[in-house]
Amino acid sequence: MARNKREVSEVNASSMADIAFLLLVFFLVTTTLNPDKGITVKLPPWTEDQAQDETKMKKRNIFSVLVNANNELLVRGEPADVDNLRERAKEFIANPSHRPDLAESPNKAIITLKNDRGTKYETYIKVYNELKAAYRELWDEESQRLYGVPYSEDMPIAQKKKIRSKYPFVLSEAEPTAYGEEE
Amino acid sequence: MSRFKKKTDKGTPGISTASLPDIVFMLLFFFMVATKMRDASIMVKSNVPQATELVKLEHKNLVMPIFIGQPLKRYQAVYGTSPRVQLGDKFADDPSEIAFFVQKFRAKIPEAQHGMIFASIKGDKDITCGIVSDVKTELRKVGQLKVNYSAKPRPKK
Repeated sequence: MARNKREVSEVNASSMADIAFLLLVFFLVTTTLNPDKGITVKLPPWTEDQAQDETKMKKRNIFSVLVNANNELLVRGEPADVDNLRERAKEFIANPSHRPDLAESPNKAIITLKNDRGTKYETYIKVYNELKAAYRELWDEESQRLYGVPYSEDMPIAQKKKIRSKYPFVLSEAEPTAYGEEE
Repeated sequence: MSRFKKKTDKGTPGISTASLPDIVFMLLFFFMVATKMRDASIMVKSNVPQATELVKLEHKNLVMPIFIGQPLKRYQAVYGTSPRVQLGDKFADDPSEIAFFVQKFRAKIPEAQHGMIFASIKGDKDITCGIVSDVKTELRKVGQLKVNYSAKPRPKK
């Protein structure tokens, strides 16, 4: 039949680009390229009995950090500045000169952090960041010494474990005291 | 010399646009993959603090955002100016609503991945720690122990 011999006419694809552009613009507008970044913490499990027994630990192994409602720091009973907190924490944990008032060994060191309810969140994050940075720098140094590369999350698990078992991250947070809360 | 014909002036040839749809489609697919539809509009001021020890959260569908901050101007007439917790698309009247919110979030996720859920606290830097620790206490009570304090990278000194 004559009908079958007719060639199949091609679909006109010139408007494809327009359609694709339209979709592209839509996704461009709706896209939010903000990767979720932040400081990761692991909270302790909830127990009814909140009392922490610090008396059993030796005083030299505790690095207490207090942040009050005026965003002032008290480190081991003395006023301190957030800018040299990292250095002090590092010295406390590693104790390279074996001072009798600093931690016996890195895996006995305990950092305690306590804040008021009225402490500014920004200050709290800053302090937490410095304490975490102290550990990260120690891990970095240990990693450089052992493997010649800086510490990263992509390292083999065995190497990471070895570094982390030398400097275990111990940060205990106490319940905040109820000072200076604005209502 | 008849071998070399004099070029006739044909004018500038038009650029072929045949590959344009391919290029556009490529871009389109990139944005389709990279897009994450925000299912709730943020109703509080959420200017997160700066930090250096940042960890990137990989699986976006396993991140449970909790916004804390002062309500935006248009909500202040109803909700006041003191910091509030925003769960999903509404304000929490009481911190105990977090438990229900976490359970609801877990219900959408396969059980094998429940241990990988991160609660991302997107707190404004001007809030106080009191409301944050209330939220943390509720998260601990419901067993959601993995928490990420959302923060912006700070240029290192």
